[in-house]
Amino acid sequence: MDFILNNLLTLILFTPVLAAVILILLPREQDNLVRWTAFVLSFIPLILSVVLWFNFDPNAPGFQFSQKAVWYSAINSSYHVGVDGISLTMVLLTTLLTPLAILASFSITDRVKTYMVLFFLLEMGMLGVFVMLDLLLFFVFWEFGLVPMYFLINQWGSEKGEREVWRGRVIPARVYASIKFMIYTMAGSLGLLLAIQMIGAVSGTFDIPELFQRWTSLDGTLFGLPIGVVKAIAFWAFAIAFAIKVPVWPFHTWLPDAHTEAPTAGSMILAGVLLKLGAYGFLRLVLPLYPVEAKYYAGALGFLAVMAIIFGALASYGQDDFKRLVAYSSVNHMGFVVLGIAAAAFTYGATDPAVKQSANIALNGAVLQMFNHGLSAAGMFFLVGVIYERTHTRNLNDFGGLFPLIPVYGGILIFTSMASLGLPGLNGFISEFLVVRGAWPIFTLYTALAMIGLFFTGAYILKGIKQVLHGPLNEHWVGHVSEINRRELFVITPLMVLMLWIGVWPAWILDVINKAVAMVFNLI
Amino acid sequence: MSLNPSMFIPVLPQILLLALGIVILFLDVLLPREQHRYLGWVAAVGMVVIMLAILPFMPQEQFQLTWGGMVRFDWMSYTFWMLFLFGAAVTALLAMDYPELGERGSFYLLLIASTIGMMFMASAGDLVMLYLSIETVSIPLYILAGFFVRSDESTEAGFKYLLFGAMTSAILLYGFSLLYGFSGTTDLHQIVLGIVQGKVSLPLAFTSMMLVLVGLSFKVSVVPFHFWAPDVYQGAPTPVAGFLSTASKAAGFAVLIRILFIVFPILGNQWAIVLAALSVATMTLGNLVALAQRNIKRLLAYSSIAHAGYILIGVVSGFSELGMVSVVYYLVAYLMTNLAAFGIVSAFGRVAGSDDMTAYYGLSRRSPGLALAMLVAFLSLAGMPPFAGFIAKVFIFAAAVGVGQIWLAVVGVLNSIIGLYYYLTVMKYVYLYRSENDDQPVPLSGSFKLALGVLVAGIVVIGVLFSPWFNWASVAARSMFF
Amino acid sequence: MQFPLLSFIVFTPMLAGLLILLIPGERKTEIRVAALAAGAFALALSLWAYFAYDVAAGGYQFVERYNWLPALGISYYVGIDGMNAPLVLLTGVVMFTGVLISWGIDDRPREFFAFLFILATGVFGVFVALDLFMLFFFYEIAVFPMYLLISIWGWKVTREYAAMKLTLYLFIGSVIALVGALAMYFTSGLGTFDMLALEQAGFSTAFQRVVFPFVFFGFAVLGGIFPFHNWSPDGHVAAPTAVSMFHAGVLMKLGAFAALRVGIMLLPEGARFHMPWIILLTLVNVVYGAFIASVQTDFKYVIGFSSVSHMGLVAMGFATLSREGMLGAGIQMFSHGVMTALFFAVVGMVYDQAHTREIPQLGGFRKFMPVVAVAFIVGGLVSMGMPGFSGFVAEFPIFMGLWNAKPSWLWANYTWVAIIAAISIVITASYIIRIIGKVFFGQPPAEFDGHIHDVNVLDKVALVFLSTIMIAIGVFPRLIVPLVQSGVDNVLRLLGGA
Repeated sequence: MDFILNNLLTLILFTPVLAAVILILLPREQDNLVRWTAFVLSFIPLILSVVLWFNFDPNAPGFQFSQKAVWYSAINSSYHVGVDGISLTMVLLTTLLTPLAILASFSITDRVKTYMVLFFLLEMGMLGVFVMLDLLLFFVFWEFGLVPMYFLINQWGSEKGEREVWRGRVIPARVYASIKFMIYTMAGSLGLLLAIQMIGAVSGTFDIPELFQRWTSLDGTLFGLPIGVVKAIAFWAFAIAFAIKVPVWPFHTWLPDAHTEAPTAGSMILAGVLLKLGAYGFLRLVLPLYPVEAKYYAGALGFLAVMAIIFGALASYGQDDFKRLVAYSSVNHMGFVVLGIAAAAFTYGATDPAVKQSANIALNGAVLQMFNHGLSAAGMFFLVGVIYERTHTRNLNDFGGLFPLIPVYGGILIFTSMASLGLPGLNGFISEFLVVRGAWPIFTLYTALAMIGLFFTGAYILKGIKQVLHGPLNEHWVGHVSEINRRELFVITPLMVLMLWIGVWPAWILDVINKAVAMVFNLI
Repeated sequence: MSLNPSMFIPVLPQILLLALGIVILFLDVLLPREQHRYLGWVAAVGMVVIMLAILPFMPQEQFQLTWGGMVRFDWMSYTFWMLFLFGAAVTALLAMDYPELGERGSFYLLLIASTIGMMFMASAGDLVMLYLSIETVSIPLYILAGFFVRSDESTEAGFKYLLFGAMTSAILLYGFSLLYGFSGTTDLHQIVLGIVQGKVSLPLAFTSMMLVLVGLSFKVSVVPFHFWAPDVYQGAPTPVAGFLSTASKAAGFAVLIRILFIVFPILGNQWAIVLAALSVATMTLGNLVALAQRNIKRLLAYSSIAHAGYILIGVVSGFSELGMVSVVYYLVAYLMTNLAAFGIVSAFGRVAGSDDMTAYYGLSRRSPGLALAMLVAFLSLAGMPPFAGFIAKVFIFAAAVGVGQIWLAVVGVLNSIIGLYYYLTVMKYVYLYRSENDDQPVPLSGSFKLALGVLVAGIVVIGVLFSPWFNWASVAARSMFF
Repeated sequence: MQFPLLSFIVFTPMLAGLLILLIPGERKTEIRVAALAAGAFALALSLWAYFAYDVAAGGYQFVERYNWLPALGISYYVGIDGMNAPLVLLTGVVMFTGVLISWGIDDRPREFFAFLFILATGVFGVFVALDLFMLFFFYEIAVFPMYLLISIWGWKVTREYAAMKLTLYLFIGSVIALVGALAMYFTSGLGTFDMLALEQAGFSTAFQRVVFPFVFFGFAVLGGIFPFHNWSPDGHVAAPTAVSMFHAGVLMKLGAFAALRVGIMLLPEGARFHMPWIILLTLVNVVYGAFIASVQTDFKYVIGFSSVSHMGLVAMGFATLSREGMLGAGIQMFSHGVMTALFFAVVGMVYDQAHTREIPQLGGFRKFMPVVAVAFIVGGLVSMGMPGFSGFVAEFPIFMGLWNAKPSWLWANYTWVAIIAAISIVITASYIIRIIGKVFFGQPPAEFDGHIHDVNVLDKVALVFLSTIMIAIGVFPRLIVPLVQSGVDNVLRLLGGA
């Protein structure tokens, strides 16, 4: 037990790889064996994160469960892991969604083993980003996660659909989506890479806690330019890379394609966790390393956040493809996260306790929204996948009045949609309220504009529900659509429980987040 | 002048060669027709015996003048003796099974006669001796070149060689006569005193030197006195061409070094410039024209011309010890390599019935061993390690750099590149191209294999374990400067 | 008297080659087995040398010295340090996998393996040489077997042209460097070719500045530096698979390594003076190489040009004359060597079955040869510097070296070089993804149905071996970093610390 506690993060990080290795050794044809083994093995990181949660002391400052080992000593990069309240919630989210996603993937029949192996590698990549306290390894895992996702979309993505690329050549939509996803993200990461190299070269270390001290206290000129200019360039390099991931409008255009064409479980993870990597990057790196620049550009960031909220909602409303609707809703919801972060960034250096409290609240909301959106987005994508498997269409116009045919599914869909909409009593409300409350004194105009987006959120959610469940029954589906089955219930139920629980009694998670944010906030 | 035994040491090999010649003469008469090729064995073994016989009689560090100053016995001459004997022995073995050649006793006799001349050339200390020995070398070679009286090519070769040789000999003799006329002596070591003391004026010395150079340039086929070489090499029986291109050239260089460094060191700057120019012209022309050749013997002829150019670089650097050493080393390496090349051409040319390069297509499939030997020889000619040619070239270029003539080394280096191109092209034909005769093996006699094996081994040994040979060459070089 | 490990490593291949020549030509199986045994032996020895090197002690180890020509100061002098130990291992790896890949050569395998092993001896000799003459000796030995290997067993369409071009280019480069080296020998006045002694020779700054370009470029030609890279793509494409593996995987490293050993280490002042503009050339290599690679339609030409690009990174790392930059260059030599060996092996496997290398005509190969597809994906990820693989471990410090480079007389810093070079990463990623997608995924053209079968177990072993190395180093950089670091320190002390 001691061993586990001492190496908890390393275990959480690498048990997925172990699981992947075990899977590789299994015979390829035994699909069921592979599926169930994967599902069972995916519980290990989850159990370990729960252990982590219970052994985490929210009141202790700094990072806990930290470990340090030699990795690339020649350039001062080491294997340094540790969690604080923010990363803890993200770890929990990741390890929670993975088993659910794997369970949701039981309907995949093509090359199940490879699929599951890629999934575990993806989980490792995401966990790595959240627990790494070394900038270089952070980047390593950041980039590494791209590869499994690329293959998941490319190989197991939606079968139908084509996109035309230049000169009349037509390729499958999933191929287009995967390539766009990969190239977009990598191009964004290029600036990040250069900035990280530069930081490491100048500071002589890649250790994030150390960098918080050294990098921010740098002065004078660098490379023939005033340090302020260099930092501003590096800030944008970081910011753009993360902004693409979140995604912040206008860098979001990869998202609708990637989310729509990905396989169901892929979308669950993509929306549920991968987007949070970007937001986490802002919280962990951009704000603490570039407080001055973040404050200076916070207004721009806030503006873009509002654009995401409004346009994301409008775009959602205009969709006919159910999955694309949900995809754009991610843009909309993540906009709130960015709004909260921007508001907090703007208050750097403020001494007025009221302002500081607002910033605190905004950040709380942002982090909670990250968690919540993870749950609700995963849930929504899953439910879209459920209906797609039965009807083989995602076009909202093809549905109609399905509620009497599949009442249980209908109920669940409404429930999850309400959480996504932000109905009080469910988790979405808590986080969105906190963001709005926190951002209002700081970015009043933006927050007011965000309300428009909130309005349209309701519009698109209700539109989605209406077109699928309500209205005249589409005779075509009678007898052709089956109810949600037990496996699928197992997937969605934990998510629903959490959505309700957090909506009704959020203290258990907000407490952890709040204390962590306060400490980060002190840094800012 | 009393005769004491030590006087005979400097001429010992010549005496023994003479004895060998007489033996062969007798055997030629006594042996029946079919067994005449054994004369080759006799010649070769005899020469090896002679090499062993003179081993105990190594010269001292300082040179000795004997026979009234006519013979200069030093390490340089000793080294060249060994070289010539080796070359002749190998030639005898290579030529043994060449029809119409190896079974004629006269071939061996002429070979021995020429070798005797070479011995004297290497140890001449006197103008008359020089001239006599040059002629002794040349006349048998004229005959050997035209040995195949029924072949137009051979006859033309012999005749051409004779005419050009005689003409340049005359020029050489004129140069010698000028020297004698103004210095009053034929002894090389006295002539140099004459030049130093002013009896022979410098412009005159320069003139006679140029005339001598003309004559010797012919011998070593340096541009612009090279034009006999391709025709003669092509027309002459191939083993003879091999001997011509190696031993005879080496003898020519031996004389060249002797004359330049014993008689004309005072004109060192002048002849260095002249020789450098000749070297550049020789290397470049030899290599460039070789590019266009279709006949392998002509290609080897032009390649030999180019190699003379490389050796001249060493002569230009000859005032440094490394320069002199490099000349000797190069001659040794070059002799082995070129003899191997010509030997292979002679054996295969006989089987294929043609010396055109297209006949060599697919040789590697017909006889992998022969192709491999050809690869070794040609790569050594190109100057590739681990073969002798590489070391020899490196020493020559190093010597040039060492005396500050970097440009000359660069020109030499660039020429090596051209050379590499055509040597590799031939090897490409051998290894890559196919012909209809792919499956017909190439019959080779035991004596040929022995000779070729010794040569190939020598090329490799001299290319890898070069320390002892270098030291030997150093001793020879040093003996020039005492 | 310690076991002469390095001499064994250097001479075993040649001895094996000569012995193989004695086997009758028809006994092809015996020939192949003998070759494999020799390759395995060389690999084992090089692994031993790699892991037995004591990083803490540093310096040159396993040193052997024998007089060769004392009169001129030439000796047979070998030793390994942190820079050449990975390269020795690389050669062993490529030799071993090359033999595995060449199992199918049916036309005179005896001569093929014999020439390949002579090439290996030359390469080993250069890497471990500590005597300048000896370095040249073995360098030239490595040149002519390439000619024969490419012209005889290569791709019929261009083999003669490519072989001759390659040989002449390399030969020109080496002889120019030779003249420079001879100048060094005579100017030093030390009368020795011992490189360690020449390092202390104290050549005048003027001398160094004049001689450095000749020596550096003479060798860098083999490293594929722009504008003398032209021989490389044609040579790569024309050569048979194992020879391409050797060529790109090892031979090009020979050039870069010799440029380091003879150019940078013996003429540090010259290096410092010329590197600022040389780095421009390396930048052209990196970016231009990637561009050209991305527009090729022949699979092998893509890989060939990508080698030009990646070797540009090696040269760039050296050109920064900084600690990290050289570290990265040293690791990149190893990483790229393994990666490109894998690439060419894969290309060969595809071509053997499909008889075409035109990318538009290929497709869906993962269905036929899944292991090959996965291996190529791993190689592709290494190529674009994806973290988690050896390519990232190598490229990252090179960029750091650019950031850390000291000001020179030409530029104050190399930040702009870093930014431009980073573009190549994206270009590389784009064409790698495109090729993987086109060649291995998608629908296979109809004419391939039933004609393509999977590769044999030997090929798979080779691919898995190569992939494992790249992943291992990507995950555990400490397998190579301390070693190369100690080698770099050795170089830096000659540059006066950097």
